[in-house]
Amino acid sequence: MLQDKDRIFTNIYGLRDKSLKAALKRGHFDGTADIIGKGRDWIINEMKASGLRGRGGAGFPTGLKWSFMPKEVGERPHYLVINADESEPGTCKDREIMRNDPFTLIEGCIIAGFSMLAHTCYIYVRGEYVREREALQLAIDECYEQGYLGKDNKCGWDYDIIVHHGAGAYICGEETALLESLEGKKGQPRLKPPFPANVGLYGCPTTVNNVESIAVAPTILRRGGSWFAGIGRQNNTGTKLFCVSGHVERPCTVEEAMGISFRELIEKHCGGITGGWDNLLAVIPGGSSVPLVPGADIIDAPMDFDGLKEIKTSLGTAAVIVMDKSTDIVKAIARISYFYKHESCGQCTPCREGTGWMWRVMERMATGHAQKREIDMLLDVTKQVEGHTICALGDAAAWPIQGLVRHFRAEIERRIDEYSHNAHEVRPVLEAAE
Amino acid sequence: MSVRRLAEEAVQPAGFAFSEENAAWAEATIKKYPEGRQQSAVIPLLMRAQDQDGWVTKSAVEHVAQMLEMPLIRVLEVATFYTQFQLNPVGTRAHVQVCGTTPCMLRGAEDLKAVCRKKIHSEQFHRNDAGTLSWEEVECLGACVNAPMVMIFSDTYEDLTPERLEEIIDAFEAGRGEDIEPGPQNGRHLSVPLGGLTSLTGDYDDLIQEQKRETGRGPANGSAPQGKGAGEAVSAPPSEAGRPNTESEQTDPTLPTPGAGDDAKVDESAERRESDELTAEAHRPHAGQEGGAREGSTDAEVGNVPDDVDEKTGGDLRQAEAAAEDAVIPADKQLDDGTGGQPSRLADDAKPDAVLASRRGGGLTEGERSGTSDITSGPAHDDHFDSEAEEPKPETAPGERPADLLSAPEGEKDDLKQIRGIGPVIEGKLNELGVFHFWQIAKWREVELIWIDDFLNFKGRAVREDWTGQAKSLQSGAGKGEGEA
Repeated sequence: MLQDKDRIFTNIYGLRDKSLKAALKRGHFDGTADIIGKGRDWIINEMKASGLRGRGGAGFPTGLKWSFMPKEVGERPHYLVINADESEPGTCKDREIMRNDPFTLIEGCIIAGFSMLAHTCYIYVRGEYVREREALQLAIDECYEQGYLGKDNKCGWDYDIIVHHGAGAYICGEETALLESLEGKKGQPRLKPPFPANVGLYGCPTTVNNVESIAVAPTILRRGGSWFAGIGRQNNTGTKLFCVSGHVERPCTVEEAMGISFRELIEKHCGGITGGWDNLLAVIPGGSSVPLVPGADIIDAPMDFDGLKEIKTSLGTAAVIVMDKSTDIVKAIARISYFYKHESCGQCTPCREGTGWMWRVMERMATGHAQKREIDMLLDVTKQVEGHTICALGDAAAWPIQGLVRHFRAEIERRIDEYSHNAHEVRPVLEAAE
Repeated sequence: MSVRRLAEEAVQPAGFAFSEENAAWAEATIKKYPEGRQQSAVIPLLMRAQDQDGWVTKSAVEHVAQMLEMPLIRVLEVATFYTQFQLNPVGTRAHVQVCGTTPCMLRGAEDLKAVCRKKIHSEQFHRNDAGTLSWEEVECLGACVNAPMVMIFSDTYEDLTPERLEEIIDAFEAGRGEDIEPGPQNGRHLSVPLGGLTSLTGDYDDLIQEQKRETGRGPANGSAPQGKGAGEAVSAPPSEAGRPNTESEQTDPTLPTPGAGDDAKVDESAERRESDELTAEAHRPHAGQEGGAREGSTDAEVGNVPDDVDEKTGGDLRQAEAAAEDAVIPADKQLDDGTGGQPSRLADDAKPDAVLASRRGGGLTEGERSGTSDITSGPAHDDHFDSEAEEPKPETAPGERPADLLSAPEGEKDDLKQIRGIGPVIEGKLNELGVFHFWQIAKWREVELIWIDDFLNFKGRAVREDWTGQAKSLQSGAGKGEGEA
């Protein structure tokens, strides 16, 4: 188990004083100017050495990402954009950072901004996080007052942070849709290339990072990349905020070492599964878009990128959704399908039509009102949606269904049998198109 | 996707204006964005309008469009795209948003919906009889460890039971909403596990001292002692790391695919293999991103990047970076070296003849309209979509500026609209430039025509439609008319 001295977010629960003064005492902004003084190459090197992989779900190496920005500022300014549009069902880690430990994020913004020669940073907070946005703005105002932000600040890099917000569109968590939304348009993803590092916000070089990736950076640089790399397994280093929800005794958000086993995570912090370990049915380990796995497969699996990939799922955002045997598993996945149907932006046909189609079939499967051959048809449709859309929302809608069919086909078939046993008349299956 | 429209005219109020305080706030908000990018403020402004009136009215949309100098349709798009905007009146004392997504569903969100149906209205978005309350089911509100939860205005009420929700709704209906403490309703503190801390139990000040001792010589020391040894060789992880393996055994490739004939099946596995490769090569985002947050692969697959990014064992960062950038950004797009600039539509040294030929040759240009008598400039010109507006005009436009431009028409001006390709808009522009008569156009040489075409951003149409020829025949026609009169 991770020791307290190795935790980065020392006020993640907001139990301590949230003022800048107290944050300074806890070690934030300690030697920021020194870090900046060591230069861009040193910072990027150290981030690469730490092995930090993006915390927004895809796990792209953060140091490498920073290095993609042009080396010199041309006619167009550079921008850093922070993705705080945390909307993946199950995920609520950035919320805690913004409302309780915002100075980690602010300091990270300054350092990351310096390493990519950006003087302006936009933080795109999801529209529903009103109080979180206010807390963050308060912290930023305090930093301006005390001279940690703005021109000629104590950190040695002129810097402005602007808090922007969305209005309830999941798709705006996709980085190019986020940029569109930030420019005041509908949040519909852009085609890549050009990549944001070349043409991003307002047509300028831009890097989009997740809140947690940026917020851990100052501590990594203070304590050294090797410290961070020493936690967890190779290629899966460091600490991570886990959000455990669903059927556990005590759901919570907690910072733990990568690679902690599922069993340890649940036992140590969540008081076990409701009804005991025998009652565990399935787990969605990384937010709604990753495939579910049966409980037996995951109990002793290490919770990190590679460990979960081995059992055909993904760490995603480390939003662990636990389901015990009281769960109507087909209905739970059908609800996720509804979510994606609701959040599809409508730009690409396979996703716009496919998500609705998949949801309607899932709803019928939840009641058993379907044919067994439709299971394969459904699977086939998920394969046709996956990979054929501009952004990954199509993939995200397909994976949960694929996971369900992979592991719970028997349950779906049982329902279909049960339904037809009880059917007294044969009615054609009619579904209104939407 | 859901169909969202503005409310019916009958319920729309006559007008909208920001209160004094909100107007000042709006001014300040618009100033936060760079010059000429005031459109960015559209979501915050609409949200403030909603906060003020309770919902987004038609006149508020119009008002915001005016403030930001945006086309009305663009603001309408935003108002209908983002689901947090209420396009119909909601309850005056409370609009209860129940999170119904799976994590909340697992912990009893359906019971909360039942409470809302019972206490407010059987259907969402409908107000109760008094008009004071309404409810809706929303998608994940991001408080999953505190499920189930509802949001009323700006505050969340978490860890609810149906009974507690009833109490909360009653309190809001009675106008005592502020008496209810937001946050968890079961006594826990925010996202701390119920029953007490399992981490961060020590004294924080000591914690910092300990961290510092361990790090050695204070902050930012890169040569800190090696940790537990796990990270000895940190190399770039495989590019597909975040992506789950979605090859499902259940999908037997021999199963008939709906809609595909038997003959199509032969190559299916090969096709799938190939398409998987393509998928891998394309910059596929990965699994489990929050909010669709594809943090990875922004810029390149790791696979495209040389393996020597292992900086710890001493790679050449600069070299790796350059290689990575080359992999990501095509050479002609690497703009910031100061030599670039957007490739202009026409090479500067393009000969007029060549230009002419290319323009004559082309059929309809993209964005141009066909099959319509409306021959004003196409949408590509009037409507500034993203990058179009930023594209710098080639500094030396090919062609020559026509010589005999007039400051005022000589006598009565001709109706230039008679020329195919000239509509009211273009006519206005030509008049502004100083072109009023057919004889002026008839005299243009080709280089001058090209200049005009570029000036109008007309994508070769002036050349293709042969304006000079048309003008000549119209001129003689007009002359004849005069002669006969």
